Amino acid sequence: MSDTNANKGMIRRFLDMPPDSTVKTVTVAVVLCLVASMIVSAAAVSLRPVQENNRLRDKQRNVLEVAGVYEPGMNIAEAFSDFEPHVLELATGEFTDQYEIDTFEELATSGDPALVRALDEDPAGLGGTQQIFQMVYILRDDAGAIDKVVLPIEGYGLWSTLYGFIALEENGNDIYGLQFYQQGETPGLGAEVDNPRWKALWNGKKLRDEDGTLQITVAKQPPPAGQDYYIDALAGATLTSRGVDNLVRFWMGEQGYGPFLERLKAGEI
Amino acid sequence: MAQTRKSQLVDPLIDNNPITLQVLGICSALAVTSSLKVALVMAIAVTLVTAFSSMFISMLRNQIPSSIRIIVQMVIIASLVILVDQVLKAYAYDISKTLSVFVGLIITNCIVMGRAEAFAMSNPPVASFVDGVGNGLGYGLILMVVGVIRELFGSGSLFGITILETVNNGGWYVPNGLLLLPPSAFFVIGLLIWAIRAWKPGQVEEREYKIQSVEAH
Repeated sequence: MSDTNANKGMIRRFLDMPPDSTVKTVTVAVVLCLVASMIVSAAAVSLRPVQENNRLRDKQRNVLEVAGVYEPGMNIAEAFSDFEPHVLELATGEFTDQYEIDTFEELATSGDPALVRALDEDPAGLGGTQQIFQMVYILRDDAGAIDKVVLPIEGYGLWSTLYGFIALEENGNDIYGLQFYQQGETPGLGAEVDNPRWKALWNGKKLRDEDGTLQITVAKQPPPAGQDYYIDALAGATLTSRGVDNLVRFWMGEQGYGPFLERLKAGEI
Repeated sequence: MAQTRKSQLVDPLIDNNPITLQVLGICSALAVTSSLKVALVMAIAVTLVTAFSSMFISMLRNQIPSSIRIIVQMVIIASLVILVDQVLKAYAYDISKTLSVFVGLIITNCIVMGRAEAFAMSNPPVASFVDGVGNGLGYGLILMVVGVIRELFGSGSLFGITILETVNNGGWYVPNGLLLLPPSAFFVIGLLIWAIRAWKPGQVEEREYKIQSVEAH
């Protein structure tokens, strides 16, 4: 008997086996799992480049949108190349060359313990830790002076962590825009953070008053500091609004971009 | 079973609808119907998964040991769902962002499991495939009906196109916020079931108990 015949015999015999025998049960389970995992991993690996590209484009488009330069149908990669990416050390407010720009995102999401620090107070709901470095984007005007800075922000709302960007004018105090690119808040209520009319409220608001105190507030009533620092909270979404308030105040404060904004204001960037 | 291909496709739409008659797949019907676009993609995804999982399970039906059949079905369904999820992430990124976890939750959709266990395990592949498509369409039909009601009255739009200008955007329509929350789908589906059973009394289930009449003294 040749080998092929023996094999055929084995497969035939296997197929003819009663399905409930132990050998068959184990074999079916193992073979099925192997085949299924091969198909799934093949799909995951082969589609990953396209998916990564999508994620990147989506993030870039959000940077463009928050800085007010996005137009539908534009070449996102090209428009995005006007932005100067920098890796910023939050505590010092200085750019660092320690990390490659291209690989930083990957590194930052890898959960390397050297890149995060524990938070004593965690008003933004970041889960007790915060990234030490953040990727920030600077848009310069034709003369080479800083026009806008785009800073990533994140924090917990009602159901989900909101991820977004805030765009500030060159003085580091006037808000140009704020936008979340990922959130899972209640549709129609908290998810209205994506409503263009609400996002437009942020334009022209100020972070700090003349004394340098952080005054920006998302609330139902204007704060004593006045309209310049006040964003009307979303109706019916108290907890999402509170989350946005907390996360903006956290990221704009000393634990966030405070030191960087100081330097920006002083013209040291 | 003397079902024709056509009746396999058409029956699950109203007469044997997986949601309104079999009352399966309710949880995803609550979650994804607040906007029509999402509901449509979900309906397509469920239809594909139900059809192909039924087909593959039916092809293997004589080889699947009955002691591990549910797990075997789950593995096949889960693999297909991951495939759908990966393809959406690659080629329909915006939609996959809005569907987020719900694509993954197709795995737990009772309709897929129900058809695999009830039909595919004892019928040939082509019939199982058609049956899967039919049930996916039945699910999709209810999703679309619920989606139209919820999106139109909840956010004043259909497929994201404004029909009723809402107050938030400077219009006149005060949207019904309840319709955007998952519980409202319970009410809408409940009313649909009521309407369908009023139209086709044959769908009304028999009571499991009878109130006994008390004899007079």
